[in-house]
Amino acid sequence: MAMAVLRREGRRVLLSSPSPAAAMAARSPAVSQPEIAPLGARSISTQVVRNRMKSVKNIQKITKAMKMVAASKLRAVQIRTENSRGLWQPFTALLGDAPNVDVKKNVIVAITSDKGLCGGINSTSVKVSKALHKLTSGPEKESKYVILGEKGKVQLIRDSKQSIEMTVSELQKNPINYTQIAVLADDILKNVKFDALRVVFNKFESVISFKPTMTTILSPEVMEKESESGGKVGDLDSYEIEGGETKSEILQNLTEFQFSCVLYNGALENACSELGARMSAMDSSSRNAGDMLDRLTLTYNRTRQASITTELIEIISGASALEG
Amino acid sequence: MKPRPPTPASIPTKLTVNFVLPYKSEIDNKEVDMVIVPATTGQMGVLPGHVATITELKPGVLSVHEGNDVTKYFVSSGFAFVHANSVADIVAVEAVPVDQIDPSLVQKGLAEFTAKLGSASTDLEKAEAQIGVDVHSALNAALAG
Repeated sequence: MAMAVLRREGRRVLLSSPSPAAAMAARSPAVSQPEIAPLGARSISTQVVRNRMKSVKNIQKITKAMKMVAASKLRAVQIRTENSRGLWQPFTALLGDAPNVDVKKNVIVAITSDKGLCGGINSTSVKVSKALHKLTSGPEKESKYVILGEKGKVQLIRDSKQSIEMTVSELQKNPINYTQIAVLADDILKNVKFDALRVVFNKFESVISFKPTMTTILSPEVMEKESESGGKVGDLDSYEIEGGETKSEILQNLTEFQFSCVLYNGALENACSELGARMSAMDSSSRNAGDMLDRLTLTYNRTRQASITTELIEIISGASALEG
Repeated sequence: MKPRPPTPASIPTKLTVNFVLPYKSEIDNKEVDMVIVPATTGQMGVLPGHVATITELKPGVLSVHEGNDVTKYFVSSGFAFVHANSVADIVAVEAVPVDQIDPSLVQKGLAEFTAKLGSASTDLEKAEAQIGVDVHSALNAALAG
């Protein structure tokens, strides 16, 4: 009789104020409500916590695996990146780098990644590109974007859709090679009119650090003008130019070759930074998942212990009531 | 990048060479006696104190002379910059040491592309076949020389 009253009482309590377990269940729809607290149950159900622990454990497994994959890929890409660093140096030695050159048509080539979960490298690329866009656009000047990689496109399309000239994605489906980049560079040079190309990428420093970097490539006409006026592109006039019909023809070949080389190095540097950033991001999320799992385990064990204690008390008090 | 040295007053005895490829820095800041580069205008010998020059490269043999040692590479194309401070930068798309080239494959490729050139109908095909023939004849010449 007393038990029945208690049971009814319990049900009323359950109906009037949803338990914390029920609140949690609302967040994870995979668990259906009746399972959590069967009618008349006095102990708190640990089902939800168990499910949550399982999912956290799975997430941790995934992030750990992603970290391993990134680490093993990184090693190969890092070697290639370091080997490609020699490629742009002769051009810089010859032409210098003129980031502050003031021209009419600026094209910002932003190199980003196709996949996410790699920390802040895409947002740094995008942020630098946006700042550059602001700096280089003005009255009588225009500034356009060429975006490599899906993530940069997604971020830039939101507020500067009309300035996007072209986008290319799936750059890293195959390991980056020079031929592929040369074709891509050719495509950009054919379809985009520019006075200055500004290639934005993340330069790989170490696994935990990368630096947003910009390289400026001038069009042959601008280069000729700047070198004649003794401007920012070194003393190109002191060089004898051999071969080809005219000087401008050679300069055109030179700038196109420079662009492909810079783009090649930039794409590799960015791929390398992406893997490094992914590695550290996945490392910290595995650690976070571990912490969370520890907390959940603690809660789970405490609750379990509490319910056992309650049951024991019930049994003992029931027995003593019968005796007395 | 390391800063480049200033132009010295007198001509140095050695030429500093950088030879880079997309996947490798083949020669990095090495002092040699002379390099001969396959410029589009013909083979060009570069000694210390050479006048500052920019030149395009065609498929051919790049030889690096260092004392009595001569290293020969076959380069596909690229650019060479000779600076006033006796530093030469050579950028190539592809290069292999000449002794790693297989003569029989060169002959086969040459015959293939010559046949292609004969049967080419469009300008694009013709140009592609012509490039193939040029590269293979240059390879042939490199092996013979």
